[in-house]
Formats: sequence, structure tokens, C-alpha cells
Amino acid sequence: MSIFVDSNTKVIYQGLTGSQGRYYGLLNRDYGTQVVGGTNPKKAGEDVEGIPIFANCAEAVEATGATASCIFIPAPGVYSAVMDAAAGGIKFIVCITEGVPAHDEATFYNELKAQHPDVQLLGPNCPGVISPGQCNIGITAGHIAKAGGPVGIVSRSGTLTYQALYELQQKDIGVTTCVGIGGDPVPGTSFIDCLAAFEADPETQAVMMIGEIGGSAEEEAADFIKNHMTKPVSSYVAGVTAPPGKKMGHAGAIVSGGKGTADAKMEALRDAGVKVGLNPTEAGELMAEIVASL
Amino acid sequence: MDLFEYQGKQFFKQFGMPVSDGGVAFTVQEAVDAAERLGTPVMVKAQVHTGGRGKAGGVKFAATIEDVQEHATNILGLDINGHIVQRLWIEKASDISEEYYVSFTLDRSAKQHLGMLSAEGGVEIETVAVENPDAISKIHVNPAVGLTREAAQAWVDGANLNPVAVEGAVDIAMQLYDAYVQGDADLVEINPLILTPDNRVHVLDAKVTLDSNSVFRHEEYAEFDETQPRDEREEAAHGKGLQYVGLEGSVGVIANGAGLAMSTVDVVNQVGGKPANFLDIGGGANADVMAGALEVINNDPEVKSIFINIFGGITRGEEVANGIIEALNRVDIDAPIIIRLDGTNADEGRQILQPALNDKLMMEPTMLDAAKKAVELAKGADT
Repeated sequence: MSIFVDSNTKVIYQGLTGSQGRYYGLLNRDYGTQVVGGTNPKKAGEDVEGIPIFANCAEAVEATGATASCIFIPAPGVYSAVMDAAAGGIKFIVCITEGVPAHDEATFYNELKAQHPDVQLLGPNCPGVISPGQCNIGITAGHIAKAGGPVGIVSRSGTLTYQALYELQQKDIGVTTCVGIGGDPVPGTSFIDCLAAFEADPETQAVMMIGEIGGSAEEEAADFIKNHMTKPVSSYVAGVTAPPGKKMGHAGAIVSGGKGTADAKMEALRDAGVKVGLNPTEAGELMAEIVASL
Repeated sequence: MDLFEYQGKQFFKQFGMPVSDGGVAFTVQEAVDAAERLGTPVMVKAQVHTGGRGKAGGVKFAATIEDVQEHATNILGLDINGHIVQRLWIEKASDISEEYYVSFTLDRSAKQHLGMLSAEGGVEIETVAVENPDAISKIHVNPAVGLTREAAQAWVDGANLNPVAVEGAVDIAMQLYDAYVQGDADLVEINPLILTPDNRVHVLDAKVTLDSNSVFRHEEYAEFDETQPRDEREEAAHGKGLQYVGLEGSVGVIANGAGLAMSTVDVVNQVGGKPANFLDIGGGANADVMAGALEVINNDPEVKSIFINIFGGITRGEEVANGIIEALNRVDIDAPIIIRLDGTNADEGRQILQPALNDKLMMEPTMLDAAKKAVELAKGADT
């Protein structure tokens, strides 16, 4: 079992003909992901290493039965790409692209909610999602993840996600699904969406959550964990020592007006019964303890 | 991207908002010239990317040209929260009956835009929010729908402004929302928005932060990028396209990925050290990027040791190791370097680094060990 994606998920790559889309699309296919098509209005009818290219998602969905898409389109085209996917019948959209304007994100988030309430968007500016051994959509290195569970991972940061996967693999702990929700101000999928899905997934028995400074998503997640989760959670929040008013790499990682500090987030998580590590290694060790006691 | 007050006012003016006439001055003479053109009385206002200008003596009323000369002399070069005043905005003085506050920003929790309006302007909105939260009228605007005049009217009505100010405030609210959306702003704030004795609603200050991700559709923002406050190190890193934030310490930090870079800064602190910077070189770690990063760090005289923290994902350990070796051949580094390399093919990568190791280039197995070593070396260099 897993959340969001599994071995049956068929995926369309929007931007498969571009260099990034091609590189990761083929890498994901090698991993075992069902990469059934790509889109590019100017190259419909062509193919990328045997993967057919369609003019848009509607045509791709009709021909392949795909339910998921992965966006590698440059930032100026992301708004149209997201709406094309939703209008074309895609139900799970993964947007890897970084540098998307916050107003675009806020607009397509709300348009999806109003016009396509059954569509889930992951990202933008995220590493994607991997259900190890079954399906890898995005830029995660598949071989650093051990398949099988019992741990689910959700993270705002790419490299820290890899770090978490790797540390669990080193300890011979498997992962059901690892979701990178991305570091932007308006992520399509929130911590809470993932926590709720992990709580409902019978094979996931514990969750590792990696947050960072900025916004209040970790505090909202802590509230959800406290009131709605039975499964144990370990966590790490990056940016304890980040100076206020500075964007730390991610557009959403900024402490402003005294809000969004790592200390406040860790406090809220501890208060919700979460085991909080002071660095990623410690969070991994805490998770190993949790798994040993299951 | 933060705008100076005068840039913000010029930006607002494009959307029809009433702002005062003024001129930018870099010297006392330019300030005097601007005041003579405008006619006294004028305000002499420091242009800096920080709050609290008034308290610091950076905003003065000048009744005469002599006053302008005196204030401009005092304010140019003034240190306001670490920002040295290099430019002034000279603007026609306004008579004030009442001071209000109005702003738009993104409410990340609600995933909608948030407008705030208050009859208590001229003070920090955070203070009003704590001491008198009912004095703030709020509106959530769905970005997919936009702000209607009816909604703006109800929002303004909720703030209990002087009745003569309501119509003007609604106009400005609509214009401010347009500026916020069309300009791709993270924040637009007018504090104070004033009511004049002749019952005009007027923009007296402007705080604007633009989304740097939107520059592809706002070529004109290049001008604002040039006036961002950056220290020398940040300027050099910006020129190389690196994600860099200058800090005060002695351990230079290079990591791949924003999260790992933040985490590296944290760990250096946890083991008793002080990081000199945050530097994210992105997902990969090729020789060009690594060499650029090392140059920036090496030019920081405070740096006593350098901690390179790389986790190989798609980019394999041997590629990372080769990139580091090649970069070191290109840049002459003074401070000792401690590398932690983990992830995909980390063993192969470490084998490549092994022969190059000496007392200036070390390797540690974990992030924590590497941080301890880097801090120890930085401290040793101080004594």
C-alpha cells in the first residue's frame, strides 16, 4: 500500500520534450513508473524513446487512460499547464518547476478548488512523490529509498527528503510513500493532506515530517496530529538559526514579523506529542526508535 | 524585492493613486534643488530598506531651504538599523487630519489574499493587532475572483473611518489591489494613508515588496533589483546566481538544496560555532557552481574554515567529488575545508577525494562530525 501513487498509476509528462522533462521522465520510467505519454502542442505525433507525445492532456488521457501528470514546464507556462491537466481529466498533478510567481500559485490553487475539486496538485517547486518499488514521479533518486513501509515521509525540502530516505534505508527501514510538498508559499498539497492520507493508509504505521521556517503549515499540522492522528510522528524543522527577513533559498522559507520561526514550530509539534529531532540525523534515529517499538 | 518609499510611490502612481510630488536626492545640493523646485515646506525622508526611520531621525519637516540643507546634511550617512542612508526623498509636505492604515498581502494559511484596513494608522500594524485587534477591518479576496467594488465598500465600512474619507478610501483600496495583483507584489502597504483638512484621502508612505519570481513578466523590475541591500559578499554571490545569505560567523557553509543548507547552518550553531553564511548551490554540485561558491566564501575575511555538506541524489557521489577536486584546482583557498559527502555512490566519491586529503582538506563521515571539526578549526584559527 501507499498514498497518492502506486504501481498502477499512469503518468503523462508535461514538458517531456524539454531537457529536464526528458531526463527525469526516462529516469522515472527506468525506475518502473508507468510513463505513458508526454505533451507538447508543437510535437504531437512524435515520441521520446517510444513514449508518445500528445498536443494536450485531454488527448493524452483519452489515448492512455493516465490519471497523473508531472510538470517540467518553465515557470511562465506553469499556470496554463496546471489548468490544461485539470481540464484534460488528470486527477493528480505533480509540479516540479520552481520560480512560479506566488500570485499564479494562489490563483490556480483556488481555480482548481472551484472548478476541479477532485483534482489534487502537488507542488510547485517540489521534488515529487515516490512510493518505493512502485512509482517515482519527479526528481527523487529512487535507489536511496527502501520499499515496503512501515514509514511514510512528508517534507517541504528536497535534499532533506533524500537525507531522510537515505537514513531510513541505512537503518533498513522501508517507506510506503515519500511526498515532497515543496517550499513555496502556496503548496497545492499540504502537510495535513499527507498526514490524513498516511493515517488512512493501513500499511503506514508511522510518519516522518520535515518542516522548515516560514508560514504556519507546521503549526497547522501539529494541530491535526494532536486531534486526528493515532500513528506516531517524528519531525525535524530546518532553519532554527535563520535571520529574520531573509529568504533562505525557498520562496516560502522566511521569518517575517516574528512569525514562522523554527522554535515556535518545534514547540507546537512537541506539544502534539511529536518526537522532534534537532537535526535530520536525530529525527531519523527517533524514527528508528519508533519503528523498533511498533 | 523591497522597494524604497519613492519607488513604491512611483509604482502606486501608475495605478492612479494620489501621491505627493517629490524628488530623489543623493547629495545635499540635490536635496536643495528638489526643494526649490517643489517649494517649501517639504519633508526630508531617508530612503532605506528598514522600518523605524522616524524614530531614528531619518524623517524631518523642513519649513525653509536652510532647514532642507541642515536636515539633508544630518540624514545622509545616518545609520538606521545598520542601513546607511545614501538617498533622500524630498516631497511636498502634507497637512494631516487623520492617519489610517491599508495593506494587501498573501495569507498563506487561507491561500487567499488578505486586505487589512484600520482607522489607527501611523503606528505599526502588529502593535494595533495586539492592542486593539477590533480596530482592523479584514477582507479575504479569492485570487480567482478578484476584488469587487461592493466587497471593497463593505470592507472600508467595517473600519469606521471618518465618513468623508470613505469614498476616497474605497477608490484607493481598489487601486491598491490592482497594483498588488498586476505588479505581482508580496506586500503593498500604505501607512499612513491620510485624510487632509480639505477632505482628500492621500498616500503618505509606501511599502512594497515584489515577488522576484515574477521578473520574467516585469522587465522593468531589473532597476529595483539593483537597489536591493546586499553586502559585498551577497552582491558577489548574486552576480554568480547563487542563493546566498550573509551571516556574522566564521564557518563558511556550502550545501546542496535549501533545506540541507539551512540544516547545515543549524548544526554548526548547535555544536557551538557561528556560520558565516547560508549558501545553497542547488540539487547538483558541478565544478563550475562549486568553484563559484568557493570564491564567494574565500573572499569573506571572517571565514576561518569551510564546511562543504553535499548529499548526492540524482547527482552521484563520484561526480560531486570530481566537481570539488576540479573547483579546488581553479580557486586558491586559504581556510581549511571539511567535506561531508553522503548519499548516492558516496563511497566512490570518498575514494576519489581520499588521495587529495591533507591538513587543508579533510573529510568526516557525518554531518555532525564535520560540523564539529569545522567549528574546532575555526576556533583554533582565532586563538
